[in-house]
Amino acid sequence: MIDIFITVILLAFLAITAVSIVRMTNLFAIIMLFGIFSFLSAAIFVVMDAVDVAFTEAAVGAGISTVLMLATIALTRDHHEKASTSHRPWLPLAVVIVTGAALVYGTLDIPWFGDPEAPAQMHVAPYYIERSVPETGVPNVVTAVLASYRGFDTLGEVIVVFTAGIAVMLLIGGRRRKSNARSNEGEEDDK
Amino acid sequence: MDFIIGHYNYWIAIFLMMIGFYTVISRGNLVKKIIGLNIFQVSVFLLYISMSTVKGGAAPIITAGVKLYSNPLPHVLILTAIVVGVATTALGLALVVRIKEAYGTIEEDEIHQQDHSL
Repeated sequence: MIDIFITVILLAFLAITAVSIVRMTNLFAIIMLFGIFSFLSAAIFVVMDAVDVAFTEAAVGAGISTVLMLATIALTRDHHEKASTSHRPWLPLAVVIVTGAALVYGTLDIPWFGDPEAPAQMHVAPYYIERSVPETGVPNVVTAVLASYRGFDTLGEVIVVFTAGIAVMLLIGGRRRKSNARSNEGEEDDK
Repeated sequence: MDFIIGHYNYWIAIFLMMIGFYTVISRGNLVKKIIGLNIFQVSVFLLYISMSTVKGGAAPIITAGVKLYSNPLPHVLILTAIVVGVATTALGLALVVRIKEAYGTIEEDEIHQQDHSL
């Protein structure tokens, strides 16, 4: 009972943080609030027994994302969102409310939160829980699935991260080298 | 009351998803759009983890004497999604930096004005 109470409170905090992120215009404050948002979601994952997800979210979501966003506003030197003139708020609001209502209607027949009889708990999950220790020797089932049963998926994930890294280097790193090379050529021409 | 507690997690996930969606489609600042996408993403994580929770279950680390565990499979999927999400966020932010260099602004309205595209 107490964990449901904690989840309810933390989820309410999460919703309030999200609303204040939308309403703020100072980008620095928005990024700090986003860090708080990520840590709150990590806390909620701990309460919902997803400890591996929680520490990944705390390290990667709250840590690296926040640093990347701070680096971006440092590079763009743009710390305030300008009030937009051409956008009308009512059209996006209507789209969002209609979509949200359709999704809430969809939740009415899905299994209740924490239901041990839900279809999601009946299929392959018991297999992994029963077999992971005899087959892989790893007591943490999440690690066993991630690194052993679904090792190829993790390899695919590494490829995605590698591709993103190369793309970031091409977008930011390569151009700087080119401008340096150009200035070097200029110096050589002067000589 | 049980009905509300049984659906509360899903409703908060949908609320966050719609907040993220609203930020993406209504705000012109590119950094704020990316933050909106991240909020959207966290809401999807929340939905999956809510589905994996079993009432009275323990974290899926095999321990002697524990009978009921939460479902480990959504945890694995979301671990992958978090890491891929950060990679795409980094790519989006690199594009923002590049747009700032090319246009001198990160506001969508001013970019459209310079391109005469609206």
